[in-house]
Amino acid sequence: MKLQQLSLFLENRPGRLDAPLEAIAAAGINILTLSLADTAQFGILRLIVRDWDKARQVLDDGGWVANLTEVVAVDVEDRPGGLAEVLKVLDQAGVNIEYMYAFSSYRPGKAILIFRFEDPDQAIKVLLDQGIRALDSDELIHADA
Amino acid sequence: MPTPERMPSSQSLQSSSSSQGAFSSQTASASIWDPVAETQAAEQRQALQIERLRALVERVATVPFYRAYFERQDLGPQRIRSLDDLRRLPFTTKDDLRRHHPFGFLTVPRAEVARIHGSSGTTGTPTFVAYTKGDLALWADLCARFLVAGGLQPQHTVQVAFGYGLFTGGFGLHYGIERVGAAIIPAAAGNTRRQLTIMRDLDPEVLICTPSYALTIADGARELGIDPRGLPIRFGHFGGEPWTEDLRLEIEQQLDIQAFNNYGLSEVIGPGVSGECAERNGMHIQDDHFLVECLDPDTLEPVPEGEPGELVITTLTREAMPLLRYRTRDIARLYRGPCPCGRTSLRMSRISGRSDDMLIIRGVNLFPSQIEEALLRVEGTTAHYLIEVERPGTPGRSMDELTVKVEIQRETFSDRMDRMQALRDRIAQEIHAIAGIRAKVELVEPRSLERFVGKAKRVIDRREGSD
Repeated sequence: MKLQQLSLFLENRPGRLDAPLEAIAAAGINILTLSLADTAQFGILRLIVRDWDKARQVLDDGGWVANLTEVVAVDVEDRPGGLAEVLKVLDQAGVNIEYMYAFSSYRPGKAILIFRFEDPDQAIKVLLDQGIRALDSDELIHADA
Repeated sequence: MPTPERMPSSQSLQSSSSSQGAFSSQTASASIWDPVAETQAAEQRQALQIERLRALVERVATVPFYRAYFERQDLGPQRIRSLDDLRRLPFTTKDDLRRHHPFGFLTVPRAEVARIHGSSGTTGTPTFVAYTKGDLALWADLCARFLVAGGLQPQHTVQVAFGYGLFTGGFGLHYGIERVGAAIIPAAAGNTRRQLTIMRDLDPEVLICTPSYALTIADGARELGIDPRGLPIRFGHFGGEPWTEDLRLEIEQQLDIQAFNNYGLSEVIGPGVSGECAERNGMHIQDDHFLVECLDPDTLEPVPEGEPGELVITTLTREAMPLLRYRTRDIARLYRGPCPCGRTSLRMSRISGRSDDMLIIRGVNLFPSQIEEALLRVEGTTAHYLIEVERPGTPGRSMDELTVKVEIQRETFSDRMDRMQALRDRIAQEIHAIAGIRAKVELVEPRSLERFVGKAKRVIDRREGSD
């Protein structure tokens, strides 16, 4: 029910994003989704890929600092209020979200939310209690295929 | 040494209270605080120096550090016959002072110590410097010499915006001004708005502070909508940090004043080792009290006249803590030629650098090792870092800027932005706690800083180039 997300550190300078993405592409790794958090001086690139171990190796070899974090993917109805409903559930249960990002889904009418929780297991339990299921990597990957 | 009540003898001093006369070359060259000492013929000066050096060697033999050396080398005052014999004497370093902290170099009983100053202690162990009453009188006199050489007259009012405290700048200049007989406003450093209020209310003609603070005052004035060129200040004596000719021009332009340079260091006495006259072609070294050598910092051999080298200073007349051949680490050039002002002393250029890796940032001494120490406190950040110093030259904004670049490592990297920002803030806080300096911390990508095979180059100082 948890996914591995790759994160890497980048300086916020023109062209810094190209090199790691090219390295990943050259290794034949497809990116399911990504998010970029940035400040004026540096940024953090977060990637969801199918072969995270391989991707991490590629980044390590290329001299980047990358780490793996467990994140939770939830699919919601792709309509106004879809995200708000999930957030409400989490909020009421007092689950702390470190950060999140979203992307439109391969499945018509669905969007996928990626959450980084302080305690992913507790978050998954809270979501399940409310009938919201987290996607596992197979589901994401299958859908991608 | 003149007696305290003695006044400068020149007639022109008394008559030049109008706004432009004080520092025209003609009047200023006539304004010599101690004409006997300052215009002494070379042979007489040398005879005095040898006599004082011999007496000094006798006095410092009570210091265990020197006595041990003298015994090993079979040295004593009888072996000092010419100034060349200076080279038989041992060097003294800041580390030597630290190892004998606090009073290992004292040559008088503690009861005779009248004041203690010291370095800021930001590098760990502070170094204290003791003064007897005689030392304080000498110090005031030496400051009076360069103040008068740069146009100070008894009827002037001087705003001292140097820190008062262990730092030698404030009190050193204070008593020098008092010795000249001018009025002092001991405003001390900081609170720029108040400095400006004082200036407006009291009309001081003279400003004393660090060169960078002079520009801060100009900035502060503009922020309050005051034209800094309209301030009452007509000239200033600036020191406490190395500065360039460009910075002098900027200060002169922004404040519409004449800016004079002076030099000194606490271990030797404080300000008053040397200072500029109206000719401003080098700082006159008070070489009846300080023997200054200019040596290659690696070979410790003298460099040819006019070439840059490390200044090594022997304090001929200090009573409480006289030092033999103190290695200042300051790089400058020495000149012997005559100066049109009539003073016959050796002159020195402004300080162009350091022979060690010490930086002076906004008047604060900084060693790269302090940055390293700060990084050591923040786990995982020490391996690769770079210190960059700049003084952006845009008018009105010429403060030193310190940037510390730190490579991100696996153990310091987090996918959470707040943690990365907290890391950056913590590094800045530790640097401030250890070095007393605000630095801009930049997190950079791994392996993005240059790698070195030998000794790592940790500092890029972009402030140079104008000297």
